Amino acid sequence: MSKKQTVMLVRILITAALLVGLNFITLPSELKMALYLAAYLIIGYDILRKAGKGILNGQVFDENFLMAVATIGAIALSTYERSGDYNEAIAVMLFYQVGELFQSYAVGKSRRNITALMDIRPDYANIERNGQLEKVDPDEVAIGSVIVVQPGEKVPIDGTVTEGNSALNTSALTGESLPREVKAGDEVISGCINMTGVLRIQTTKEFGESTVSKILELVEESSSRKSKSENFISKFAKIYTPVICIAALLLAVLPPIGNLLMGNPANWAIWIYNALTFLVISCPCALVVSVPLSFFAGIGGASKEGVLIKGSNYMETLSQTKVVVFDKTGTLTQGVFEVNGIHHNTMEEQKLLEYAALAECSSSHPISKSLQKAYGKEIDRSRVTDIEEISGHGLIAKVDGVEVAAGNAKLMTRLGISYADCHSVGTIIHVAINGEYAGHILISDIEKPNSKAAIAALKKAGVEKTVMLTGDAKRVAEQVAANLGVDEVHSELLPGDKVSEVEKLLAAKSPKAKLAFVGDGINDAPVLGRADIGIAMGAMGSDAAIEAADVVLMDDDPMKIAKGIKISRKCISIVYQNITLALVVKFICLALGIVGRANMWLAIFADVGVTVIAVLNAIRALRVHNL
Amino acid sequence: MKKTYKIEVDCANCANLMEDAARKTPGVAAATVNFMTQKMIVEFQEGQEPKDVMQAVLKACKKVEPDCEIEL
Repeated sequence: MSKKQTVMLVRILITAALLVGLNFITLPSELKMALYLAAYLIIGYDILRKAGKGILNGQVFDENFLMAVATIGAIALSTYERSGDYNEAIAVMLFYQVGELFQSYAVGKSRRNITALMDIRPDYANIERNGQLEKVDPDEVAIGSVIVVQPGEKVPIDGTVTEGNSALNTSALTGESLPREVKAGDEVISGCINMTGVLRIQTTKEFGESTVSKILELVEESSSRKSKSENFISKFAKIYTPVICIAALLLAVLPPIGNLLMGNPANWAIWIYNALTFLVISCPCALVVSVPLSFFAGIGGASKEGVLIKGSNYMETLSQTKVVVFDKTGTLTQGVFEVNGIHHNTMEEQKLLEYAALAECSSSHPISKSLQKAYGKEIDRSRVTDIEEISGHGLIAKVDGVEVAAGNAKLMTRLGISYADCHSVGTIIHVAINGEYAGHILISDIEKPNSKAAIAALKKAGVEKTVMLTGDAKRVAEQVAANLGVDEVHSELLPGDKVSEVEKLLAAKSPKAKLAFVGDGINDAPVLGRADIGIAMGAMGSDAAIEAADVVLMDDDPMKIAKGIKISRKCISIVYQNITLALVVKFICLALGIVGRANMWLAIFADVGVTVIAVLNAIRALRVHNL
Repeated sequence: MKKTYKIEVDCANCANLMEDAARKTPGVAAATVNFMTQKMIVEFQEGQEPKDVMQAVLKACKKVEPDCEIEL
């Protein structure tokens, strides 16, 4: 509890004691009146002061003003009627303050809960000086410095491991609980927690540019992009308060005048009391507090799961997603090429692979890298001589004195060697040894293990259409699409074509359904921008993706897309629940107020009680782990 | 230029009012108040001295919400 809240608690207790005492002790009426007034001032002086300042500064219609008018009105009414009953005015103020205290405590507590969830900011970095570890501010560490991270500490700055082995817990960033093994030479990103061994890390970025800072910045700025519901609330509050004040004034004046005209007693006191009750009911705090809180909790809960949503407006759009468009490479597939099969081979597979890998040893093409990776052993370059590269075809080289030709079908035709075609999709490397066909190696991009389940999960989450766009060959694209269960596929697209395809899809869908584009963020920026909502995945360490997208998935697991959509749905439904609850309760109470059926106690519930319920409901948006 | 300031404000509506007030202050290009993280992010217009502008922002905010604080 903050100091302000403690002071308020003391004021509440004193007033409550005074109020109870005054109702049991008989005192001369002047003294009693003075004590009532004292109690009123103890509990309400700040409200009166703020209301006064508000009027001076031209901010007339705020809740302080409403409370001040309502309570002063009630006191004036009691004095006028000589009833000497000031309990109601003081009790109303008392309960208003109790409610405010509870509300500020609840909001403060949930705010701290949420920020604690996202507490990934490292406090220090260890630098070794003269054999001693020294803790310094991460901001002061220059690029290229070597920092030491001990077990249990957070990696403060992005960098490369120079010494040590360890397992890193990345769950704060990705929501992924499986630890990641790192060794010397591996890149590590800030925000991970070092679990087992001491690591020495050479920093590659400044703290301000490191992943952890980028993420914090993104989350903290997320509320600057306001959703339609939030804009609705602030507009609503602006119109609502003056309208309510005028309505209350009319309620106080019109019925008594009507009564007078009809020749009945005016009943001024009753109608003024009704108008004051009406004023108290009308405070819009439940809406104003709970809606942004729900969004904040939703965004906080999502970031804990490794889904960064850049603003409440994107939360809203994401929840309405009906069409999901994927980029293929790097999104649904791993984007790394692997040897997937060796066919028609006349010699042992391993031997063929060895010849091909050695022949391609000088090339830096991804294909030759995957050959070398599949071969798995150290490449002894001295065994390879007379390398001749034929651009667009492949190459011919001597391995251990044996002539090896490795390349595509064109190379085989050029050398006049008959070859066997492959019916699988992917890149085919034909190999000929000493002019004799020796078989071919199939290299293809492999699907991510979760891709198929991810598409199914999207369908289950209510996505109506999934589309895959790719620059890849038609045959490859169609096979991948069929394997994964994607509804529609457009292949052989240039980067510019992807934008026009997305535009076509945007035009074809109904305006209420939203279209999301999912890419790896590397060359998708224009498409990410064009879609209703751009989702970039595998963003760890890639600033470009974080910049371009509206939603950033920290790792490259496509299952997170469905999860993100579910989180946004839950959050939005909580927002709507709160809006509905607040409006319905308020309007019922207002209606009761107009017909004179509401008293101050009901009014206080309509104001403070509803706010508290809405705040507690908003906190639910934080719990999204099991969605 | 963009700067972030820590603020203290009790209610969400007051935070909205502060945001409005800051936006209307001369020298401010854009301003956002994040009630949840209790931060104000102010983007200054070209060639404006943040210190002077922030004094005006604080004054404007105090006007709409006497209880608020901005750590300058």
